[in-house]
Amino acid sequence: MIGGLFIYNHKGEVLISRVYRDDIGRNAVDAFRVNVIHARQQVRSPVSNIARTSFFHVKRSNIWLAAVTKQNVNATMVFEFLYKMCDVMAAYFGKISEENVKNNFVLIYELLDEILDFGYPQNSETGALKTFITQQGIKSQHHSKEEQSQITSQVTGQIGWRREGIKYRRNELFLDVLESVNLLMSPQGQVLSAHVSGRVVMKSYLSGMPECKFGMNDKIVIDKQGKTGSTEDGAKSGKQSIAIDDCTFHQCVRLSKFDSERSISFIPPDGDYELMRYRTTKDIILPFRVIPLVREVGRTKLEVKVVIKSNFKSSLLAQKIEVRIPTPLNTSGVQLICMKGKAKYKASENAIVWKVKRMAGMKESQISAEIELLPTNDKKKWARPPISMNFEVPFAPSGLKVRYLKVFEPKLNYSDHDVIKWVRYIGRSGIYETRC
Amino acid sequence: MTDSKYFTTTKKGEIFELKAELNSDKKEKKKEAVKKVIASMTVGKDVSALFPDVVNCMQTDNLELKKLVYLYLMNYAKSQPDMAIMAVNTFVKDCEDPNPLIRALAVRTMGCIRVDKITEYLCEPLRKCLKDEDPYVRKTAAVCVAKLHDINAQLVEDQGFLDTLKDLISDSNPMVVANAVAALSEIAESHPNSNLLDLNPQTINKLLTALNECTEWGQIFILDCLANYTPRDDRESQSICERVTPRLSHANSAVVLSAVKVLMKFMEMLPKDLDYYGTLLKKLAPPLVTLLSAEPELQYVALRNINLIVQRRPEILKHEMKVFFVKYNDPIYVKLEKLDIMIRLASQANIAQVLAELKEYATEVDVDFVRKAVRAIGRCAIKVEQSAERCVSTLLDLIQTKVNYVVQEAIVVIKDIFRKYPNKYESVIATLCENLDSLDEPEARAAMIWIVGEYAERIDNADELLESFLEGFHDESTQVQLQLLTAIVKLFLKKPTETQELVQQVLSLATQDSDNPDLRDRGYIYWRLLSTDPVAAKEVVLAEKPLISEETDLIEPTLLEELICHIGTLASVYHKPPSAFVEGSRGVQHKRLPGSAGSGESVESPDTGSAAGVSEAPPAVIPSQGDLLEDLLNLDLTPPTTTGPPPPASSGMQMGAMDLLGGGLDSLMGDESEPPPIPLRTDTPQSPQLPHQSPSPPDYSPTEVGPGDHAGLVKLGGDLGGGPAMGTGFGAPPAAMPASFNVPVSGGLDDLFDLGGGVGMPMGVFNPPKTVWLPAMKAKGLEISGTFVRRAGVIQMEMTLTNKAMSVMTDFAIQFNRNSFGLAPAGPLQVLTPLSPNQSIEAALPLSTVGPVMKMEPLNNLQVAVKNNIDVFYFSCQYPISMLFAEDGKMERQVFLATWKDIPNDNESQFQIKDCHLNSDAASNKLQGSNIFTIAKRTVEGQDMLYQSMKLTNGIWVLAELRVQAGNPNYTISLKCRAPEVSQCVFQNYEMVLKN
Repeated sequence: MIGGLFIYNHKGEVLISRVYRDDIGRNAVDAFRVNVIHARQQVRSPVSNIARTSFFHVKRSNIWLAAVTKQNVNATMVFEFLYKMCDVMAAYFGKISEENVKNNFVLIYELLDEILDFGYPQNSETGALKTFITQQGIKSQHHSKEEQSQITSQVTGQIGWRREGIKYRRNELFLDVLESVNLLMSPQGQVLSAHVSGRVVMKSYLSGMPECKFGMNDKIVIDKQGKTGSTEDGAKSGKQSIAIDDCTFHQCVRLSKFDSERSISFIPPDGDYELMRYRTTKDIILPFRVIPLVREVGRTKLEVKVVIKSNFKSSLLAQKIEVRIPTPLNTSGVQLICMKGKAKYKASENAIVWKVKRMAGMKESQISAEIELLPTNDKKKWARPPISMNFEVPFAPSGLKVRYLKVFEPKLNYSDHDVIKWVRYIGRSGIYETRC
Repeated sequence: MTDSKYFTTTKKGEIFELKAELNSDKKEKKKEAVKKVIASMTVGKDVSALFPDVVNCMQTDNLELKKLVYLYLMNYAKSQPDMAIMAVNTFVKDCEDPNPLIRALAVRTMGCIRVDKITEYLCEPLRKCLKDEDPYVRKTAAVCVAKLHDINAQLVEDQGFLDTLKDLISDSNPMVVANAVAALSEIAESHPNSNLLDLNPQTINKLLTALNECTEWGQIFILDCLANYTPRDDRESQSICERVTPRLSHANSAVVLSAVKVLMKFMEMLPKDLDYYGTLLKKLAPPLVTLLSAEPELQYVALRNINLIVQRRPEILKHEMKVFFVKYNDPIYVKLEKLDIMIRLASQANIAQVLAELKEYATEVDVDFVRKAVRAIGRCAIKVEQSAERCVSTLLDLIQTKVNYVVQEAIVVIKDIFRKYPNKYESVIATLCENLDSLDEPEARAAMIWIVGEYAERIDNADELLESFLEGFHDESTQVQLQLLTAIVKLFLKKPTETQELVQQVLSLATQDSDNPDLRDRGYIYWRLLSTDPVAAKEVVLAEKPLISEETDLIEPTLLEELICHIGTLASVYHKPPSAFVEGSRGVQHKRLPGSAGSGESVESPDTGSAAGVSEAPPAVIPSQGDLLEDLLNLDLTPPTTTGPPPPASSGMQMGAMDLLGGGLDSLMGDESEPPPIPLRTDTPQSPQLPHQSPSPPDYSPTEVGPGDHAGLVKLGGDLGGGPAMGTGFGAPPAAMPASFNVPVSGGLDDLFDLGGGVGMPMGVFNPPKTVWLPAMKAKGLEISGTFVRRAGVIQMEMTLTNKAMSVMTDFAIQFNRNSFGLAPAGPLQVLTPLSPNQSIEAALPLSTVGPVMKMEPLNNLQVAVKNNIDVFYFSCQYPISMLFAEDGKMERQVFLATWKDIPNDNESQFQIKDCHLNSDAASNKLQGSNIFTIAKRTVEGQDMLYQSMKLTNGIWVLAELRVQAGNPNYTISLKCRAPEVSQCVFQNYEMVLKN
């Protein structure tokens, strides 16, 4: 199991050092600094073995988090734990920065004592942790006996992510379908790979211990209903259903139920959380198409023309559109003409950045650039990195639709109809690249 | 006011000030002071002097302050065990606190304090907490049992905590179950044979129920534990699989991978024609693909695992090629891993896509990645025949880019393609020859030379090309030299008329001007072959070579099986068994996959020897990422090294060979004034294949090495380079003798070796020969071989460091891990001059025996770290225990008698030494050389009894009775010692000394 956990700043100074196992000596802290943080060459693996000790590290801004062990630990678990640790810290004090870590070091030690015991991760749900790790210097007698046992049963219980007795005057929930659409296209316009990775993120402000059921246009579910229901209905909805390659759920979702009935039911945590993640590869709506044209004129000039076409309903508007066209290292000057938006050559990033604030569906726009090159002796050809694109669209490129989200709370007197529900779809570009 | 200020105080007298503040009456001030202390502790300052003052703050009702004090205690209690006792009362009191959080905190912290006196007091509170009414306390207590076991295993057993822990598996609270499972699994690891976990269908059922209810981490503990279970039959296996598959949809990747591990293992037991088997296979692909959209670090772990899964069950991901395409912004470690998997999944169906991708990658920036991509193209050509032509043309395109490393890499793989498809693509040779000048890496040069030699008849100016290489012959690496030698001989056999001079030149360069025994050997063999029977030479040298196969980079099957059992863990990331990087008893046990459907054989085999091929390799830790695509052919560029002794017959055979060849030599050598030295192959181990297997072609030896250990052996040799060849001249005693001590060296060879020894010197101290400790391929080109000697009471580690890399090595340093007898370097490693490529240097390191002690397994194991300007490398070696026998090890007769009686008979162990032909006096003499002193000798009924004593450097006495019967080559030896675990080592030492 995890033998110790260290947090360093970008210089390699230790901010937090907590050792859980006797086999981890004090020199481990230095070993990581010397061999990884200060290494002459950048380390090429997130796992390093130094003097028969294994170090796992992740970086958040310029803070290093390292877990160390001498045993054959579950490596996946260690990384998942490190991410979780970051989430917990962020939930307590915001951004993970040197200043914040130093300001909250007592809290971090307290958290580390609670969520990692002898190197075994324990309950790390912020909801539960915040009930008893408060940093207000509470006195031990502060809690009543009932409160105490309520805390402990929540921390250890089956529903470790939600406490009892939550009350809201207005029962409300917000549901965001956030998708990132990824594309790799060849210069000829052939889709080399495309997939959508989506997340269903919720904010729930519900009283009591509500039981929720979430439904979407999952092909498997719709087809099943199509069989039992009227054939007409099945045929109609079948068109709109989507094939989900795979999905994963927050730990509140009853997985066995999903496995057997493919229904998504759960008791939600209070506040923000990510209900599910999913991935689709079939019938993806690619919101933009990028058509590059690169011509080398002699050895000292490049002509680049890039056309973008929006491919969605003309009533919808895409936002924050940015096209990034890489330029060779020996670029000396760039002349730009674009029909829409603003374009700029950024020498420090070796790229032309073209920004368009808004663009409706079924439109087309283009940019042309003349790139002057310095003559070089460098034999190596310019690698021509792909043209990448960023955007945001108000629909789900996978075609996912929320069909329902039902809330039942048998003990309290509010029904599904009383809950105010908000649904929003946002599609963003992930890695959206076209080779040129 | 912020807490970050605590990190900045560095003024003098700080400790004194803190002391005052800690003893302040004001609570706030106290707390501030403790915070300061913790901050100082974090940055590495020693604040242990404040121990009593901090402990005084423990009695508080402020939970935050209490936790800080506990944190301090955990850090410093070990250094102040006496004062730590002060804390016991508070702990015991806290364990009775009405607040469950405080009870748990106390028991959790107590378990972290490794002080015997505290541990004693821990038992009672722990017993209560294990049965506490509050689940939070129970789950904490469960882990505490594992902590206690780590401190004092015996105590845990005596107190019956293990049974209580087992009961907790049936607890009503899922988190208690999960923690109990984690604790039991950990304890069971250090008792491989105890049936501690006692997994049976009832407990499995309990675990599966808890699985649905506990936290994500708990699910991981339970799944990892389940993976150790072996279902009784396929039906049980299926029902467990059915209950585990829902976990594949969990958001936590570790839950997913642990579930995959359980499924991969239990699937082995399902009949392949079962519908469910197919369903399961289909269910595995999507979650594995989903892992690739996780954070890059997790992707890396997932990819290393997928690499294993694909080798075991290629069908799972065969349609998922696209997801492994490299993204421009992937971190380099993800890119390299993806490339590996792409090659594994390449097939006729997807080859066009893969090639297009690879070509794209070959234009990227990262040199390692580009090289790997180019190699991958070659691999595709070899793997998918239909694509070979396209691959070759892609490679030619890449050569046109003239990017130096791309060209070199392309030439290396084209050589492989020639070997797979002979007489098909030779038209490209002209293009290759154009790039001769740009080749500066040995591997590429060697490949090019091979091509020129192999196709000499089609290259008009082959002789000129080879001659141009010959000019700088001595500056080339061994690999290139050997290849050049072979190529020129080939050329000579093909075009004898014009190249006589050239062949003479290369033969004399190889045999007379070279210090490398491999090169000399090969030179002589060719020389003789050519001079005796050119026809035979032609048959041997130009023989048809076997084709190379495509799948040489697969992980060896037993290792693969073991790694599949470790999916998700570090072992699966390193692609090494846990025993290779975990110290002590943990993880030494090798896991195996269960037998296939129907056969209910036992699985958890404690028989560690079964995976011998794996465990015998010197433990190396760093995963060798680069070697997946290691060229298929360079095996003979440097002849293999076998570590075993030369076959007994070898000396005879070589003598014969010499007679046969001797005659022709003179004529061929012409102007040679003195007859060439007879190549007594004193260092035979290096390349037995040359003289013995004459039908096999002496250049590229077959690479389709058979399954199992042989493969490992040959591969090892191939990468080792010259092996342990340190010979300075043929007449000199062998620098490298067979490695294993216990194998009798055949008589004939012995005589040969013993040239210098002569007769009447039985007193010589026996020092084991040097063996290779760190092969070059494990250490980026640094090879270390060595031995231990004891001279006049000083133990020395004598090493030969050889640089087989391309760059100069400097800044050597050495360090030992803690070991059984506290061996430690007595001074720094004296390698003062930089070690240039292909240079060897001798270094003697005096050792002391006052270093830190830790019991090793085996007892005489020594783990060493060597550092140079390139990296840090690790190896382990075993020293003969006689190094530790002190010169003053002769006991007084009386004392001996008394001691012998005094040591209980249980401590006596008896061994047989077989096939030893010395008489008792000679034996006694020989042993004395190693500080084993004969105190008395008695003869009873024709049997000599020698009573001997020796003293280890750490003061342990070992007494021995050696019985020697005239005419009987088997000795019996009885050893008595107060520390009986050394007996085995001492016996081995006797055997070694007596037989050498």
